[in-house]
Amino acid sequence: MMIRAKIAQLAKLAAAFAVSLACTLPARADSGWSLLNMTPGVTEISRNIYALHMEIFWICVVIAAIVFGAMIFSIVTYRKSKGAVADVTLVHNTTVELIWTAVPVAILVFMAIPAAKTLVKIEDTTKTDLSIKVTGFQWGWQYDYLDSGVAYFSRLDRKSDAARELMSGIDVNTVEHYLLNVDKPLVVPVGSKVRLLITGADVIHSWWVPAFGVKKDAIPGFVNEAWFKVDTDKPGLYRGQCAELCGRDHGFMPIVVDVRSKEDFEAWLKDKAAEQKQASAPAAAEPAATPTATAAPTQAATTG
Amino acid sequence: MAEQHAHAAEHADHDHKPHGWRRWVYATNHKDIGTMYLVFACIMFFIGGAMAMVIRLELFKPGLQFVDPQFFNSMTTMHALMMIFGAVMPAWTGLANWMVPLQVGAPDMALPRLNNFSFWILPFAFTLLLSSLFVPGGAPAGGWTMYPPLVLQNGASFPMLIFSIHLMGVSSILGAINVVVTILNLRAPGMSLLRMPLFVWTWLITAYLLIAVMPVLAGAVTMLLTDHFFGTTFFTAAGGGDPVMFQHIFWFFGHPEVYILILPAFGIVSEIIPTFSRKPLFGYEAMVYATASIAFLSFIVWAHHMFTVGMPLAAQLFFMLSTMLIAIPTGVKVFNWTTTMFKGSLTFEPPMLFALAFLFLFSIGGFSGLMLAIVPADYQYQDTYFVVAHFHYVLVPGAIFGIMAGVYYWLPKWVGNMYDMTLAKWHFWLSTIFVNVLFFPQHFLGLAGMPRRIPDYAVQFTDWNMVSSIGGFGFGLSQLLFPYLIWQCVKHGKPVKSNRVWEGAHGLEWELPSPAPYHSWQEPPSDAVIARGAFH
Repeated sequence: MMIRAKIAQLAKLAAAFAVSLACTLPARADSGWSLLNMTPGVTEISRNIYALHMEIFWICVVIAAIVFGAMIFSIVTYRKSKGAVADVTLVHNTTVELIWTAVPVAILVFMAIPAAKTLVKIEDTTKTDLSIKVTGFQWGWQYDYLDSGVAYFSRLDRKSDAARELMSGIDVNTVEHYLLNVDKPLVVPVGSKVRLLITGADVIHSWWVPAFGVKKDAIPGFVNEAWFKVDTDKPGLYRGQCAELCGRDHGFMPIVVDVRSKEDFEAWLKDKAAEQKQASAPAAAEPAATPTATAAPTQAATTG
Repeated sequence: MAEQHAHAAEHADHDHKPHGWRRWVYATNHKDIGTMYLVFACIMFFIGGAMAMVIRLELFKPGLQFVDPQFFNSMTTMHALMMIFGAVMPAWTGLANWMVPLQVGAPDMALPRLNNFSFWILPFAFTLLLSSLFVPGGAPAGGWTMYPPLVLQNGASFPMLIFSIHLMGVSSILGAINVVVTILNLRAPGMSLLRMPLFVWTWLITAYLLIAVMPVLAGAVTMLLTDHFFGTTFFTAAGGGDPVMFQHIFWFFGHPEVYILILPAFGIVSEIIPTFSRKPLFGYEAMVYATASIAFLSFIVWAHHMFTVGMPLAAQLFFMLSTMLIAIPTGVKVFNWTTTMFKGSLTFEPPMLFALAFLFLFSIGGFSGLMLAIVPADYQYQDTYFVVAHFHYVLVPGAIFGIMAGVYYWLPKWVGNMYDMTLAKWHFWLSTIFVNVLFFPQHFLGLAGMPRRIPDYAVQFTDWNMVSSIGGFGFGLSQLLFPYLIWQCVKHGKPVKSNRVWEGAHGLEWELPSPAPYHSWQEPPSDAVIARGAFH
C-alpha cells in the first residue's frame, strides 16, 4: 500500500511538472519546439526535394521498425534468465543471406530513380528569365543584376549586428529576425526562372535559402550555377544563411530574398538603376556602378 | 637460446620487465605500448570533450555569452582533430596492440621498436597541436577539413597544424604496418585467415586503409604548406590552381578515414554479441566479405561530402549510387548481428549493453547516412546540424561505444580484476540516455535550417539547442565514471579466477591466464586450442 501511494504521488508530481512545462512552452510567440522538419519551400524543386526527403525518411522508418523489432524480440525472448538455451547450430543460411542482400538492392534502386529525376531537373539551367551574379565575401553577399548593371552589397542588419557582440547586453529575443535580417535583400520577381551565377571573393562560402531548395558553394575563381522559380502565389521574404565555414563571422552573413510581383520588381529595378547612375555620375571618369568584392573592408582583419 | 633460458631462470616471473620510467619510455612490450596508447587516447578524449563543452555552453542560448567567434571556430576545429586523431585512432591502435598478438597466438607485435616509435610520436604531435592555442592568431579555426583558401588565413598556428598532421600520419602508418606484419607473419600455425577473430580481420582491413590514405592526407597538407610559404598555387585559382581539388584529395583520404574509425568497432561488436548470446557469430564469412566490400567502396564515394561544390550531373549520380551501395554490406552486418542474438541465450553485462547500444544507435546514423546520399535532399542537409547529428551518431555511440565495449570486455583479462558491474551499468545508462538527448535534437535543428559551425543562431533554434546542451553536459560528466571505474578495477577490483572471464567467451585470449602474462604465447597454441576458439 505504501509503495502504491508513493507511486501515485510521484505520478501526480510528474503530471504537474508536465503540465507546467507545457504551459510555459507557448509563452514565446515563435516557439522552436515545433521546428522538427525540412520546409517544403515555395518552388517546385524544393517541394520535390521535400517529397524525396519524406519518402526516404519513411522507408528508413519501416526498415528500422522491422530490424529494431527483430533485435528487441531477440533481446526480450532469448534471455538466459528466462531459461533460453542457445541454438549453436544456427550459424549460416544461404537463402536468408541472399534475401537480405537482394531486397536492399531493390529498395535502393526504388529510391535512386526519383532522386536521379529530380537531380536532372535541378541541373537544367536553361531558359532563364533573369541572371544575377552572387559573390560571397567575408562576410556578406554582393548581388549583380547582370542585364541592368544594378549592383550592391548585402550584410547583416544593424540591430542584429549590435546585439550579436560578445556580452552586448541586448536581449536577442527582442531583435526582429535576429541574425536572419540584412540591410539590403536580394530582390527577384515571382514566377520567373532566376539564374544565379555564384562565386566567392576570398574564401569559399555557400549560398543557401532553404525555401528554394538551393544551396551552392561560392568558390573563388569559379562560377557555379543555380536557379529557382518561386510559385506565382508566394511572393514574400525568404531567409537563409551562409552554409560553408568562411571564417570568424561565418554565422553572421544571412541571406534575405525579397520576392515581388513582376511589376513591382521591374519598378524597383528601374529605380535602383537610376539611383546608381545618379550616384556614380558626379564621380565622373570611372563608372563605379559595379563595386568589386575585393573592396570588402573586413578582409584584412583576419589575413594572417 | 641457452643464454636466454639461463637468464629467464633467474627471474621467477619470466618478465624481464624494466622498472620505473624506462619501462615506458623504452617500451617494446605490446601490452605496455597498448596501455600507453589507451591512456593517451583517454586523456585526449577528455581534452577534446572539454572543447565540446565550450561549444555546447556557447550554444546553450542565442547571443554570444562566453567566447569570441574566432575562438569558437578554433574549438570546433580542435575538437574534431583531438577526437579523431587523438582519441579514437590511438584507442584503436592501443586495442590492436593489446589484443592482436593474444588473438592470433603471437608472443608480441612483429616490430616492437617501431611500435615504441609510433606511440612516442603522438605526445609530441599533440603537444605541438595543442600549443597552437597559445600562439598569435589562436589555434586553427578553419575546420578540421582544412579547406583552402580559409585554412591559409590561420596565423602562426598554420605550420603547427600541418606538422602535427604529418606526425600523426607517420605514427598511424607505422602502427598500421606493424599490425599488418603481425597478422600476416606471426599467426600461430593453424590460425588460418578464415579462423581469425573478426577484431583481427577488421583491423587488418583498417590497417590497409590507413596505409593507403594517410600518405594522401600528408600530400594534401604539404601542398597547403607550399601554397602558404613557397608560392605554389595548387589550390589558388588566381595561379591556375583549384580550391575544389583540395576537397577531392582531402575526402579521398577522409572517407576511408571514417571507416578507419568504425571498422574495428564492427570487429569488437562481432566478438561481444556472440559471447553474450552464447552462440557463434552468424555468417562469419559474410562478415569478412562485407568488411572488405565496405573498405573497397570507401575509396569511390568521397565526393558525397561535397555535392554542393558544383559537380557535373554524371559525377553526382555516380557518387550518389556508389554511396547508396554501402548500405548493402553494412545492412548484411546488422542483420548478421541481429541473427546472432536470435535463438541465443542472452545476458546483459556492460560489454553487451554497449554493443547493443552500438547496434541500435549506429543503425540510426546509418539511416541518416542513407538520407544524405540522396543528392537533391543533400542540398538541404549539407553543412547543417543534420550532418552533425549523423556523424556524431556513427562516431559516438558507434566508434566510442565500440571502444568502451572493448575495454569493458577485455579489462578483466588485462588486469586480472573484475570492475564494479553496477557502476559500469550506471556509466552505460547515463551515456546512452544523454548521448540521445545530446544528438537526436540536432536532426531537428538541421532540418529546420540551422547551419553547422556557427557560434550563434536565430532565436527559433533556442529550444532544441538547450536540450542538446543539457545532453552534452550530462554526457560529458558521465564519462568521468569511465577512468574512475578503470582505476578502481586496477587498484581494488576483485580478482577473476578463471581464464575464460565470460561464460560464453571464445578465442585465444581466453585460453591465457588472467591477467595475461607479460609475454604471452611464447609457445604457440596447439591446433586444438585454436579450433576451440574459432567460429568454425
